[in-house]
Amino acid sequence: MAHEAVIGLECHIQLATRSKMFCECPAEFGASPNSNVCPVCLGLPGALPVVNRAAIDAALQLGLVLGCTIREASVFARKNYFYPDMPKNYQITQYDRPLCEGGALPVRLCETARSFPLIRIHVEEDTGKSFHPERTGDRPVSRVDFNRAGVPLLELVTEPAFRQPEECGAFLAGLRRLARWLKISDGDMEKGHLRCDANVSLRPPGSASLGTKTEIKNLNSIKGVEKGLTAEIARQAAVLDAGGRIEQATLLYDADHDKLAVMRSKEYAHDYRYFPEPDLPQLTVDAAWVEEVRGRLPEPPWTREDRYVDHLGLPAYDAAILCETRERSDYFEAVVGAGTDAKRASNWVMTEVLRHVNARGLSEREAALRLPAKSLAVLIGATESGRITSASAKEVLEEVFEKGGDPEAVIAARGLVARSSPEELLPLVREVLAENPGPVAQFRGGKQATLGFLVGQVMKKSGGRAAPQVVQELLRAELGALR
Amino acid sequence: MSANRWWGRPATTLAACVARGELSAEQAVESGWEAASTWEGDVHAVAHADATVRARAARTAPPGPLRGVPVIVKDNLCTAGDYPTTCGSRILAGYRAPYDATVIRRLRAAGAVLTAKGNMDEFAMGSSTEFSCYGPTRNPYDLTRVPGGSSGGPAAAVAYGLAPLGLGSDTGGSVRQPAAFCGVFGLKPTYGRLSRYGLVAFGSSLDQVGLFARHAGDVALLYSLLAGPDLRDATTRASPPPDVSAWDRGVKGLSFGWPENLWREGVEPEVVAALEEAAACLERAGARRVAFDFLPGTYAVATYYLVATAEASSNLARFDGVRYGPRAPSTDVWSLYVRSRSQGFGPEVKRRILLGTYALSAGYYDAFYLKAQRARTRIRREYQAAFGRCDFMLLPVAPTLAFRLGEKTTDPLAMYLSDIFTIGANLAGIPGLAVPLGLAGSGLPRAVQLVGPEDSEPTLLRAGRALEVRGEVARLGREHETEFPWPMKR
Amino acid sequence: MSIDRDEVRRIADLARLEIAGGDVDRMAKELSAVLDFVAALNELDLADCEPTSMVPAAASLRDDEPDGRRLTSEAALAAAPERERDFFLVPPVVENVNP
Ligand SMILES: [Zn+2]
Repeated sequence: MAHEAVIGLECHIQLATRSKMFCECPAEFGASPNSNVCPVCLGLPGALPVVNRAAIDAALQLGLVLGCTIREASVFARKNYFYPDMPKNYQITQYDRPLCEGGALPVRLCETARSFPLIRIHVEEDTGKSFHPERTGDRPVSRVDFNRAGVPLLELVTEPAFRQPEECGAFLAGLRRLARWLKISDGDMEKGHLRCDANVSLRPPGSASLGTKTEIKNLNSIKGVEKGLTAEIARQAAVLDAGGRIEQATLLYDADHDKLAVMRSKEYAHDYRYFPEPDLPQLTVDAAWVEEVRGRLPEPPWTREDRYVDHLGLPAYDAAILCETRERSDYFEAVVGAGTDAKRASNWVMTEVLRHVNARGLSEREAALRLPAKSLAVLIGATESGRITSASAKEVLEEVFEKGGDPEAVIAARGLVARSSPEELLPLVREVLAENPGPVAQFRGGKQATLGFLVGQVMKKSGGRAAPQVVQELLRAELGALR
Repeated sequence: MSANRWWGRPATTLAACVARGELSAEQAVESGWEAASTWEGDVHAVAHADATVRARAARTAPPGPLRGVPVIVKDNLCTAGDYPTTCGSRILAGYRAPYDATVIRRLRAAGAVLTAKGNMDEFAMGSSTEFSCYGPTRNPYDLTRVPGGSSGGPAAAVAYGLAPLGLGSDTGGSVRQPAAFCGVFGLKPTYGRLSRYGLVAFGSSLDQVGLFARHAGDVALLYSLLAGPDLRDATTRASPPPDVSAWDRGVKGLSFGWPENLWREGVEPEVVAALEEAAACLERAGARRVAFDFLPGTYAVATYYLVATAEASSNLARFDGVRYGPRAPSTDVWSLYVRSRSQGFGPEVKRRILLGTYALSAGYYDAFYLKAQRARTRIRREYQAAFGRCDFMLLPVAPTLAFRLGEKTTDPLAMYLSDIFTIGANLAGIPGLAVPLGLAGSGLPRAVQLVGPEDSEPTLLRAGRALEVRGEVARLGREHETEFPWPMKR
Repeated sequence: MSIDRDEVRRIADLARLEIAGGDVDRMAKELSAVLDFVAALNELDLADCEPTSMVPAAASLRDDEPDGRRLTSEAALAAAPERERDFFLVPPVVENVNP
């Protein structure tokens, strides 16, 4: 029997603010256990929350870029449930009056532009971390560290608009790119900066009704989202095909073993007893703040992609790769801005620069510091004009990424300006012809391709500095003369 | 009955003597403990005290308007480095807060010395200070009677002379009612004027730190030292607090509301007599009486017991045996929670947590919590309308004088109704001042309550002062001074 | 409005409280009495009353500056009933996980 899956996502983005959501503790990752804590985030008696403006600002940036409606007066609420890593045994979040509503995230999927609608985005605090089960002596225990407790999160809830696991993966990748683009999150899924839960149900294709849904937690990588959902869709399909019924359940995805487990806590059917947080007045975001944020929003990545295709004439593939990160795309634009042809700039950035970035494990920011866009533009210009050979250009890049320095200085210091005078190159050409009687004979026999080999030999003798066109002309002339 | 020789003198006089070197800060603090040697054994107002700690605090007190003045603070205000902070509860047995509440920080900065932590109803839930894990506090005027609550410890201690000043917390009358029962002044300020940072929360939208003193001028001084915005409490008001330095300016030209319908039934004759006397006194001093009917307090009590318990059920979730407080031995987290909480909380706290959990739970939220929040809006409007007609209202503090120990412990509703005249101010976020008004024939203190609009503390203090001068404040010991050195020249 | 025994048990579970068998009836009775009293609110006309969640005050937001009154891990753990090095220790969360 055919089934159609209906999937909705709930994503949590950990914000890269300096301090926590409701207290002044550093929000950094990796401090020693329970050292970034204070009365507020430890839930000590008497402590009170105060909202971090930067977290709200980040939510506004994301909300505005996604076209959400911003609520002028939103309300924090308490979500009450007991858990050892929840210091107060309630989480401060937003409930019936979230900061952002509506909006959509544009995603390019298999060369098709799609847009996935959102229900809401709201601000909340993270929990601490439990490590369990671990044993101390002979009894099982959990260890709890509250450093993460109170770190700001954005929760983004989508409409149940997805039909395929791959769409969900692409959405999550798009969200991660956007969060980084706006610099509101490091977006590192391995560190839990972006987490995802999904709701999924099946129905006959084309049906308007919804089946019973299950919730899958712990989909914490893009692969994990796709594999976890694929597994759950298959499981539900098998149950339905066997005439069974889907039970409402919460499942836990174990990425290591690609397995789903049904999770049942002793908690009664969840009754979170939400109510407005009495320790925080309503959050007022006036039009001036919204406009100020709107005014400093960067051009969103999907708009840039379109612009690269429509106005710069780049292939969609190039546009997508260049717009994977804001640093890369800014860098590319600076190279173009310095007068380089767009396609040429794209080729250099995508091949040469990214090769060094990957090989050397540099961040794109560091790479841009070592080789400023202007310098790359100069280098491309020099190569295009034949002033240096592309082999020399690679040598320059090698040195600049290795040791730093100005490409012009490297060209000068290494004497890389292409040798193009026939007087200088002719002796090398003659040497090569003399040393390679075989290829010479083959060329004469009509095998034109041998010329390339001979050019390569001359280049080698010149230490890569000979201008290839000149060499080629000299070779042809000499071979003709020898005839 | 005798109290210490400083009993009748304002805190400022004590501070002035210390400043002039007539008395060391340690002597000033110990003078209260001389009184305590007579009283404390019977009254049991103190939850935590330590002679070494207070002597050190006295020696190191910085110069300030309260240098050397002892203050007793309720056991639900966090104090670091001196006493435990236990809210009268087993669930916080031995707990020492690692930080000072904002009001405590401000007290210490003014040179005040914390002389003790005062007894209280567990987590401030009660009106008699009988629900404390340390046992009840008794009324110094009659040891068979309660001092009121929940801040009964500080109220009784200020009354018998351990300290001229005290801090409590007032969620539904917990400062004003014990002040009335013990014959001292008790101010519940406008919501948002005193920081709640470091006050262990009961009902967050209702809680305010409240002040005890034996003199109206001391209340004004203490208010001026503690009120004001706090970056650590988002519910404090950003604007500067009202200026109360004109507390002794008299009441000429002021008008007070007289909602007589509220005490036509269910109020003791002594309470009504005090109201009549106070009204006459205010009129003699130049204020005008405006009679009108006001919304009966039962609605406020009903609203309060939904809002306060709902907030409390969530506020008290953090007491779970994980990070602090005693832990019951358990093999899994569920039983750790259930056992630690069941053993740690007393019956009244459990009752209120259950009620609040119920009011918030799925299916009941609209019928209870939400309805209560709507009723709260209605009650606030009633007050706003009333203050369109007068500057403040004259009300009873409680329907009775101090009642007997055990009289209401078995009937929660009867206990809740003893707050019928005080709860409204908490729901509306407005200030209320309990003013002592002599003794009844039975020898028990009488009092009246002044309630005004937001930030009307200056008005309430002027009226309280008028009653202090022309009426007769309750006293255990000698004549009180009418001459008062504050405000001093600035 | 009245609360029965099962309801008392349900909310006690939500609140992580244990009400001893004999006390359940008494608690049900007391809570029911309070609810009866609270029913007085039905007499008020609340049609035009928006819910108050707290007395309004302008929200003051905090600048994103770290530090302030951070505790040392020693101070954070000082009151811990059970600890191991710098961790709080709790018994395991028993969650019924069926693969
Ligand atoms: Zn913190």
